[in-house]
Amino acid sequence: MAIESDAVEQELELAIHPMDQFLVKPLFGGSDIGMFTITNATLWLGITVLCAIALMVLGTRGRAIVPSRSQSIAEVIYVFIYKMVEDITGKDGLKYFPYIFSLFIFILVANVVGLLPASFTTTSHIAVTATLALIVFVAVTVLGFVKNGTAFLSLFWVSAAPLALRPILALIEVISYFVRPVSHSIRLAGNMMAGHAVIKVFAGFAVVTFISPAAIGAIVAIYALETLVVCIQAYVFTILTCVYLKDALHPSH
Amino acid sequence: MATETNGAATEHAQGMPQLDFSTFPNQIFWLLVTLVVIYFVMSRVALPRIASVLAERHGAIQSDLDKAEQMKAKAVEAEAAYNKALVDARAEAQAIVDATRAEIQKDVDVAMAKADAEIAAKSAESETAIKEIRDSAMSAIEEVANDTAEAIVAKIMPAAADKAAVQAAVSARLKG
Repeated sequence: MAIESDAVEQELELAIHPMDQFLVKPLFGGSDIGMFTITNATLWLGITVLCAIALMVLGTRGRAIVPSRSQSIAEVIYVFIYKMVEDITGKDGLKYFPYIFSLFIFILVANVVGLLPASFTTTSHIAVTATLALIVFVAVTVLGFVKNGTAFLSLFWVSAAPLALRPILALIEVISYFVRPVSHSIRLAGNMMAGHAVIKVFAGFAVVTFISPAAIGAIVAIYALETLVVCIQAYVFTILTCVYLKDALHPSH
Repeated sequence: MATETNGAATEHAQGMPQLDFSTFPNQIFWLLVTLVVIYFVMSRVALPRIASVLAERHGAIQSDLDKAEQMKAKAVEAEAAYNKALVDARAEAQAIVDATRAEIQKDVDVAMAKADAEIAAKSAESETAIKEIRDSAMSAIEEVANDTAEAIVAKIMPAAADKAAVQAAVSARLKG
């Protein structure tokens, strides 16, 4: 009998809700979420801004020739993104460097801050990543037409292919072009959501005594993997943005 | 994760909260606010600052390298000057040695000439003295020979004792 009641109790405790961490809720009571309601998402976006400023502004306030640790980090990120933009888009892409850098630092800091226990991961929401991806998509498309006029359409016309194949390839190119923002956004949100949900699932298993060591070990392992993933996803989002920008600046195949 | 701490009172997510479109306007609005703030802080403060620091560092390193290059050139120059000074000093020492040697040689030559002259004078004097002695000895010999011959002639044949004839005969014999 005792064993049975234990089992029931465990059954109750094993109510795992891995998606609860993604709920958007008003911070100051009420249940309606209007456009301007301060929610937990707003809070963590604010924390993201503060952390980004702390790193990039407070960290570099020494302006030292021999940098402090925080200044070194800021410089490494700066040089990393600068080289990426320069290598992929060329010299003429460098004037968009501040935009790309802002994008990168937002995604990176939001992802890393989201790894804190009890935090809310803003970049795990498709609303956020889709907005980012659409901003990039619209900006790049408009830029492409402004810079190249109708020559931008040569991006879809594969002049290296045999003439008969070109219309088919053009159709494929057009489809792939419009799928870009979808894959761009879902890749980031999906990675963030999946990793955090998996951690939560293992955390739910940790309440069962005899598998808790394994569960906690798994949490540690997944957490380490997630630490890698959040940086890589920020990098991937940024490098794809650079690639799209390159297409807009130099559309020829 | 903190969302659960209220226990039973906590509402649980139905499906994916990501697809709850009622939260979209809110999230998108605050995201745009966030992006604008981040963009302005980065493009106005952080990025120019880091760019200037990097440029400054690059400049400092470049100027240090230039300075090192100049120093090196100076060192090479100094070495050349040192070597030149060494060569000059050596040449000068050689010249001084040569000059001194020539001077000493001159002194030696003068002293030698003087000594030679003295020796010559001395030997001429001696020669004169010797000649005088020889002359006086010759005249003494002639005198002794004359006397001896006269005495001999007077002893052997006193009648034919002719002083002038004897003397002529003696001097003829002495010269012969």
